[in-house]
Amino acid sequence: MSDWNLSVTRRGLLTSSAAVLSIAPAIRARAASQSSAGATTLPVTFEVNGQERMLRLDPRTTLLDALREHLKLTGTKKGCDHGQCGACTVIVNGERINSCLSLAVQHAGDQVTTIEGLGTPDDLHPLQEAFIEHDGYQCGYCTPGQICSAVAMLGEIERGIPSHVTGDLSKAVSATNMEVRERMSGNICRCGAYSNIAAAIADVAEG
Amino acid sequence: MKYEAPVGKTIFDDAKIVGKSTRRIDGPLKTSGMAPYAYERHDVASGQVYGYIVGSAIAKGRIASMDLEEARSAPGVLAVIAATETDPLGSSNFNTAPLFGGPEITHYHQAIACVVAETFEQARAAAALIRTTYDRDEGEYSLSRTVEQAASDTSKIVSENVVRNGDFESAFAAAAVQIDQTYTTPDESHAMMEPFATIAAWEGDKLTLWTSNQMIAWGRAAMASILRMPKENIRLDSPYLGGGFGGKLWVRVDAVLAALAAKAAGRPVKIMMQRALTYNNATHRHATIQRVRIGADKNGKIAAIAHECWSGNLTGGMDENGAAQTRALYAGPDNLTASYLTELDLPEANAMRAPGEAPGHLAIEVAMDELAEQLGMDPIELRILNEPETLPSNPSIKFSDRHLVECLRVGAESFGWANRKSRPGTVREGRWMVGMGVAAGYRGALIMKSGARVSIDARGKISVETDMTDIGTGSYTIIAQTAAECMGVALEDVSVDLGDSRSPVSAGSGGQWGAASSTAGVYAACVELRRMVTEKFGYDPETASFADGMVRDANVVRALSEAGPLSAEDTMTYGDFQKEYDMGTYASHFAEVAVDAYTGEVRIRRMLAVCDAGRILNPLTARSQVIGAMVMAAGAALTEELAVDKRFGFFVNHDMAGYEVPVHADIGQQSVIFLDTLDGVIAPLKAKGVGELGICGPGAAIANAIYNATGVRVRDYPITVDKLIAEMPDVA
Repeated sequence: MSDWNLSVTRRGLLTSSAAVLSIAPAIRARAASQSSAGATTLPVTFEVNGQERMLRLDPRTTLLDALREHLKLTGTKKGCDHGQCGACTVIVNGERINSCLSLAVQHAGDQVTTIEGLGTPDDLHPLQEAFIEHDGYQCGYCTPGQICSAVAMLGEIERGIPSHVTGDLSKAVSATNMEVRERMSGNICRCGAYSNIAAAIADVAEG
Repeated sequence: MKYEAPVGKTIFDDAKIVGKSTRRIDGPLKTSGMAPYAYERHDVASGQVYGYIVGSAIAKGRIASMDLEEARSAPGVLAVIAATETDPLGSSNFNTAPLFGGPEITHYHQAIACVVAETFEQARAAAALIRTTYDRDEGEYSLSRTVEQAASDTSKIVSENVVRNGDFESAFAAAAVQIDQTYTTPDESHAMMEPFATIAAWEGDKLTLWTSNQMIAWGRAAMASILRMPKENIRLDSPYLGGGFGGKLWVRVDAVLAALAAKAAGRPVKIMMQRALTYNNATHRHATIQRVRIGADKNGKIAAIAHECWSGNLTGGMDENGAAQTRALYAGPDNLTASYLTELDLPEANAMRAPGEAPGHLAIEVAMDELAEQLGMDPIELRILNEPETLPSNPSIKFSDRHLVECLRVGAESFGWANRKSRPGTVREGRWMVGMGVAAGYRGALIMKSGARVSIDARGKISVETDMTDIGTGSYTIIAQTAAECMGVALEDVSVDLGDSRSPVSAGSGGQWGAASSTAGVYAACVELRRMVTEKFGYDPETASFADGMVRDANVVRALSEAGPLSAEDTMTYGDFQKEYDMGTYASHFAEVAVDAYTGEVRIRRMLAVCDAGRILNPLTARSQVIGAMVMAAGAALTEELAVDKRFGFFVNHDMAGYEVPVHADIGQQSVIFLDTLDGVIAPLKAKGVGELGICGPGAAIANAIYNATGVRVRDYPITVDKLIAEMPDVA
């Protein structure tokens, strides 16, 4: 883990960003005189699917691109790169996030779970198995995001976290069809497999 | 093999595998993230670098200048390809606007440059340093204006497709009951989840494109034409696509720029078109203006029916024929169906799932609902009364196999149609106004020639190779089912290799022809392979049977594996006899909606489709095609619209937040019933497509349900709250 990362404060980052701006021509000149690849990189270490991974990354690299392009874990998909579609959903420290909306260097020390970490073709996670049984996909491109999202979403229900459609906040939340559909609505499936996805999730939620 | 006449009994009529619900064979790969999509091929072409596309900031005009110096000297940049420095590329029959623009610009976000850098971040940053100035021309961006002009100036109609039978005008004028309404549908986007993406690599003068494309042979031909090189030197590989819906029928600029950039950089280049570019850079479904006139007698018998559709496109583009289904749907001896095209300077409009018919049903099937109400008739009975014997637009054409009436009757029974109150606005549940709607559905059953290679190895395993694609449709699985059935082996003993241009040319994925066509091609190759096996064994090809991995003839039995390795290739083609028939697929669609009496918010509670589409090869995946199409139809009815900036000529809401496709919470209970039908005219498997049938009608059923719930008829899609609430009854 990098101490440098931990010592960066928001104020410090802003100041240094301004400094970078003011000396930009100088940096460009130096980069041009170096190798064509002369990018500024920062070290970051996090855990991906139980394995510690150390990377040196261009600080502009999103967690999504770190996974797909640097770790070659291409199960996590890029659909919009703007946090609008959910295809890039991964689980970080137990919470689902759009990995396109955070920079990889923000995740020093974090535990990241991707679709590859949930199961493999020979050893599928129950939700992966349920998606196959219920045909909860078509083109398959949103599928890893749907499955990662669903795994974390069921955890949210188990922890009693309410949603927009929760009727009674004084009672335990349960994985009703409407609760699941509401909570999964950040994961778009243009093929329209929603009904089958809901059936697959219901299967696993009911145990 | 040529299909020359309707077939009798075949091995598929006693099938053990074809026609049975079967999990996708690619399922474990897709659900575990191991299925490799175009941009993800780290396993091919080492040393890949990144391309980033720059799109035009004007819709029409020309580039005055491009300052590329800053971009070229930015960190990591390997090459910059710019419109101002590139000789014009070749054109292809598959694209209207040049994919790589400049100096002339013909639509907004047309590609004008590509920056190649060692990393994605560097390419993106450098692309932002390109400074372009333009000379902007005025353009025409309003369909309603061009259509208005066309009313007095017929030169504004650049192409028309008019079919007349009898004398519509006289019959309509004489009809006791008349409907004359105009409906409008907006521009729509395919918005498939995987953006256009390609990795390109050169080896000498040979180019390989790992890309995301529905039609491999078309894509290869287009690339050859655009790059002015022999198609034999181009390979496309597209084993997995993250959706297409017609948007990936044609190669797009990601493939062209990746090829140019890889040459310029001397490295393999990967490009994924930025999501924000896809809506204006690539194709979309045309907006339409549709006028429907129906004249009937007092009992509901239709005497005259006219459906006219206007759309707009770039010069040389095609139309959106919203009248297509009306040529087949209802009897009416005097009929007129027409599609008129005007010119617009918006991005290229082209095929999107059920081109023509998808928006066409939003007009004709609502007009039928309006007619039923005017007649005081049940809308299902009205449709049944007007079921034609032969094709209404050309009565000498027979239907190959049509069970639309059964679809309507089965659907009515299953959906509980008898509980519908015919007077609108009469069912209230708390704050919700509840209604039901119905629509019929028709989509042509196209069939295309298709080839495959089928091989047996020394272990008796079967492999199928064809350039057919699986865009989520389930091609892998139905092709494996077909080969397993034909060769008498278990499904697990078949492997399927799709999407590689080195394999035999298939029908590809489009026009809902993929399932019927590609399996027929696999069947043709299997028939040839069976013949070769029997020849090798000295068996009689007429009497030999293939089952359980064994081949039997009279009293002799040998293992299929003994025939391997052996390989056969064939292509299924079709005889002229099919021209005597209208080959179609049919459906009834039902919807129940609840509309918030206070806010006008529409909730879809239930949907049902009853489909008549021949043999259903895999009910599990066919059902998915239909429910998915119903979702897309719901979007077309309620939310989807590319908003046109009519001053500057572009689609404003060009991202996945602004262009609203349905999400989980929008979709209620969905049911699908397949009628057990067989169409021997179309192909040996007697199967037809369902993927586009599913989007033909549900939107109209939703619109009709909203009317039934509220008494408000919105004819300008999508039916958004703002249009609905102004007409809603007072709440108090």
